[in-house]
Amino acid sequence: MHASSRRTFLKMAGVGGVVFASRLAGAADAYAPAQDEFFFVQLSDTHWGYQGAANPDALVTLPKAVDAVNALDPQPDFIVFTGDLTHTTDDPAERRRRLSKFRELAGALKNRNVRFMPGEHDAALDRGEAYGELFGATHYTFEHKGVHFIALDNVSDPAARIGDEQLAWLKADLEKQPRATRIVVLTHRPLFPLYPQWDWATRDGDRALELLMPYRNVTVFYGHIHQEHHYKTAHIEHHSAKSLIFPLPAAGAVPKREPLKWDPAQPYRGLGFRQVEAEAQPVDYKITEFPVVAKA
Amino acid sequence: MRRRALLGGLLALMGMSGASAQRPRVVAIAARRFAFLPGEVRLQAGVPVILEFTTADVVMGFSAPGLNLRADIVPGQVAQLAFTPQKTGAFEYLCDIFCGDGHEKMTGTIRVI
Repeated sequence: MHASSRRTFLKMAGVGGVVFASRLAGAADAYAPAQDEFFFVQLSDTHWGYQGAANPDALVTLPKAVDAVNALDPQPDFIVFTGDLTHTTDDPAERRRRLSKFRELAGALKNRNVRFMPGEHDAALDRGEAYGELFGATHYTFEHKGVHFIALDNVSDPAARIGDEQLAWLKADLEKQPRATRIVVLTHRPLFPLYPQWDWATRDGDRALELLMPYRNVTVFYGHIHQEHHYKTAHIEHHSAKSLIFPLPAAGAVPKREPLKWDPAQPYRGLGFRQVEAEAQPVDYKITEFPVVAKA
Repeated sequence: MRRRALLGGLLALMGMSGASAQRPRVVAIAARRFAFLPGEVRLQAGVPVILEFTTADVVMGFSAPGLNLRADIVPGQVAQLAFTPQKTGAFEYLCDIFCGDGHEKMTGTIRVI
């Protein structure tokens, strides 16, 4: 059976979200040791500092998303931003100002358990120096209710490589995990070559996927492409998130990779964030997409 | 033997040797933030070519995934890619080393006819 036919899409009446149920039914062992269920929120590609026609409301889009996350009841266990927190600038002082302002805006989240990671706009021009000063490590792991989370940095190298050193770190970390461990990888760029013609790839992403392959329950959440995309490489699922600045066209749908035009009749169309419900029995991640709404 | 000598003489008369008849065409592509010049390159299928790259400012990457070509372009150096296009069509190329605000617009097309 094709992967997509195992997925179901449901409209959630009255909630404003769209559910994407993603079950690792292709895995040899979809069941992992029983753990608590929980949910987290993923926000991505906020590009604080962007000024352009693709989002004339750039100054309020992130605050609106923060308000929307704060309105979730119950609150998520934690929140993650998967990169491109800021829009790039050549000026190191301005880069730090943008990262600081972003941190201040994200600080308005009620939930204090927030994880960050860089995108190439934050980190590629100085190899993560400013990001590191303000947010700390660009790659790390953490545990949450039986799930092993791995944040991978495929952006601090401007050539979009994870690099030998980080791959060795990943290998050493994975060697400590039982093969049935529930693993969630958080990263910015797709680890598979989604569309290299538009730089939607990680140069050595295949090496990371090779290391992850022996683990039966692996799911990747990423950003970079400013739209939802769901894909499988072998048994590993990859889910990209919408942006909070402007949407991009589907891969190859138009000749140039340019932002979709802002529509005053439908402001914030194509923008949003998601919540991810992690279920243990069977291993499952139910994704609910939320739009950014025009009303305050 | 005599036929080969005749052929050599004929090529000499035409002002080209066997080696020079095979000499690939060189196409220069200059990168700068945030454009490749030229933005479109026309090549002939089956005809060897050398793409020669330079960059005016920072390290760039040339990548044409549809032709399986890529090169790093380092300031002060000339990077070369020698190949013979086999299939016709339009193949996008891009900078695949992030170089600033405008990096995403740094693209071009190789048209093989």
